[in-house]
Amino acid sequence: MNKLISSVSPHISSKRTTQKVMLDVIIALLPAGVASVIIFGARALLVIGVCVAVCVVSEWVFEKICKKENTIPDLSAVVTGILLAYNLPVSIPLWQAAFGSLFAIVVVKQLFGGIGQNFANPAITARVVMLTAFSGTMTTWTFADATSTATPLALMFKGELNSLPSYSDMLLGLHGGSLGETCIIALLAGGIYLIVRRVITWHTPVAFIGTVLVMSLIFDKAPLYQLMSGGLVIGAFFMATDYATTPSTKWGKVIFGIGCGLITILIRFWGTSPEGVSYSILLMNIFTPYISRLTRSKPLVGGDRK
Amino acid sequence: MKLKGIRVPHRKNTADSVPQRLPLPETVVIPMSMHIGKPAVPTVKIGDRVTVGQLIGSSDGFISAPVYSSVSGKVKKLDEITMSGGMKSTAVVIETDGQQEICESVKPPIVTDFESFVNAVKESGVVGLGGAGFPTFVKLGVKDLSAIDAVVINAAECEPYITSDTRTMLDKAEYISKGIDLLQKFLGVKSIIIGIENNKKACIDKMTELANSKNGVEVKVLPSVYPQGGEKVLVYNTMGRMIPKGGLPLDVGAIVINCTTLSAIAEYIETGMPLVEKCITVDGSAVKEPKNIIAPIGTPIEKLFDFCGGFKSEPKKVLYGGPMMGIAVPSLDSPVLKMTNAVIAFNEKDARPPKTTACINCGECANHCPLRLDPREISKAYKLDLCEDLKKICADLCMECGCCAYVCPAKRQIVQTNKLAKAKLNKYLREQKTEKEDKK
Repeated sequence: MNKLISSVSPHISSKRTTQKVMLDVIIALLPAGVASVIIFGARALLVIGVCVAVCVVSEWVFEKICKKENTIPDLSAVVTGILLAYNLPVSIPLWQAAFGSLFAIVVVKQLFGGIGQNFANPAITARVVMLTAFSGTMTTWTFADATSTATPLALMFKGELNSLPSYSDMLLGLHGGSLGETCIIALLAGGIYLIVRRVITWHTPVAFIGTVLVMSLIFDKAPLYQLMSGGLVIGAFFMATDYATTPSTKWGKVIFGIGCGLITILIRFWGTSPEGVSYSILLMNIFTPYISRLTRSKPLVGGDRK
Repeated sequence: MKLKGIRVPHRKNTADSVPQRLPLPETVVIPMSMHIGKPAVPTVKIGDRVTVGQLIGSSDGFISAPVYSSVSGKVKKLDEITMSGGMKSTAVVIETDGQQEICESVKPPIVTDFESFVNAVKESGVVGLGGAGFPTFVKLGVKDLSAIDAVVINAAECEPYITSDTRTMLDKAEYISKGIDLLQKFLGVKSIIIGIENNKKACIDKMTELANSKNGVEVKVLPSVYPQGGEKVLVYNTMGRMIPKGGLPLDVGAIVINCTTLSAIAEYIETGMPLVEKCITVDGSAVKEPKNIIAPIGTPIEKLFDFCGGFKSEPKKVLYGGPMMGIAVPSLDSPVLKMTNAVIAFNEKDARPPKTTACINCGECANHCPLRLDPREISKAYKLDLCEDLKKICADLCMECGCCAYVCPAKRQIVQTNKLAKAKLNKYLREQKTEKEDKK
């Protein structure tokens, strides 16, 4: 008589796994990756490759040293690598890209307990650290033909509105910026894919982008340019929706999105830096536990006696 | 407000399988504990000859139920067996003689009023056949009949695979009809609601026809969202009332009774034959020809699988009940119980629980809990021993339906953690109570 397995119910489960969720995110990021190579040249691929490789290897080594379970198969390190790369200029020195990747995985993710435990988005935190440490190379924008350019936000910041790219160039991403943030069409395609696949919900992106739209309409600051520049779309769809570092309730997501939008506007319109998306998400990450507590659902204890 | 839930695969492969009678097994093993409450006390001894429908275990205490022989034959031994929950129970092992002689005590009870009706339900040995096994007469023995606004007949059958309630509705509609008459007559219920999931077209038609022929009976077609048949969910979705935490349906003016339970009661009152056999769905990836089988209570489940042409691959996990809330049995010798509505056998691939990985905090568990609990908070409070927190977040509200664990992408054993958290909280609450009493 063979031995029967005994386990607690339920005895069936959905097909969704962490790995499949992360794979969906990678698929959703692909179009923007292809666009980055077309816009910024083959070096974009090199930067992405370095970031992904360093993220994966550092996670593996860290877990090996700490005798923790190997979590490479869940693909979350790959996602972090891609996201960080997308937030870097194509001309970034590779050692700096490698440093950022190492920082994202080891300091921001693993030291806080690994997947699901970190309170700040690894890719964003690493980018902010790099922006401080390597402020020169992190703000040098070049095209495939090595011509240098400025980001639309920087142009608006300086008041050079006449030299802004056309709307179609903005949509296609044919302007200066981090390598994965410029092609709005590719990012939207990925974002919609994530919503259709139910990996994310519409709440955060709509609240985030909607807030930026409304505020730039109110203050009359070239609303469409505000929406299509400065990593707003990649941030709203791919980084402000990170499970571990953002609220999981419907209203929590809305509050998180609005908060991100307001901070972005605050920095863009009145700060000393043209860009605010990364900081806004990072700041809102800190509020996540409070927003979650505020918006958590009340257990249905009944008691509505007739 | 809509209650959350999940879409599970239906796998109602046996819905059209008209139940076939199992050839009489050589022996049956009838446990004295097939219900919630005190086990019955054996009334037979080794060597006694018993007949079909003869009392072999008498009800002991208020919450208990009598047990009857499902076969005619000789009592071989009184054994102590391990039930699927790990609990021990005395079981009467009977060697069948193939006569299936019916006991002379089997005759229709005289039912004239509420009291004699409840007493008949008690004598029938019927317990909650939806799977819970709560003695039905206790549920129906309502002190103040005016407190009942409606009886909800649970015909949702929301678990995958199981079609035994479907078969009751299709094959025993006349007993459901008689059961409804009994409820109206002796409980004076004005409103009877039959709740059926919308994936059972034939049942809906049959029950609607039945409802139309009576006054005060309505069929409520419910979406096929698990756990539609959970008592709290069903009462909410049919009556719009939420049963309070720790309370009973009666607290909101409802009595919930499973359709097969009702049919069994009506059958007893009509024929005098107590609950001695069950229709059981036999299915699962390891089973060659899934079908519905009528078998005597106490039949080793191995016989059911044999009758389905055996296994097409080695069974690695066998369940009493459906895959969402069913219990894994220790062996194929386990007997058919009163509340067994299905036995499911899974092959190696389906039997192994998937690998558990770290929680990624996606919140799917909380987003699908019908009672809006957050398993992440329960797990945290449990691990940190924060009993006050467990109390505050109502860990004891969890009905273990398993929606959370089903949707979890990290495949975490959330139901297990919730069970442990509930046990910890209940212990804490008990201690708190005794402390308070000591102070007095």
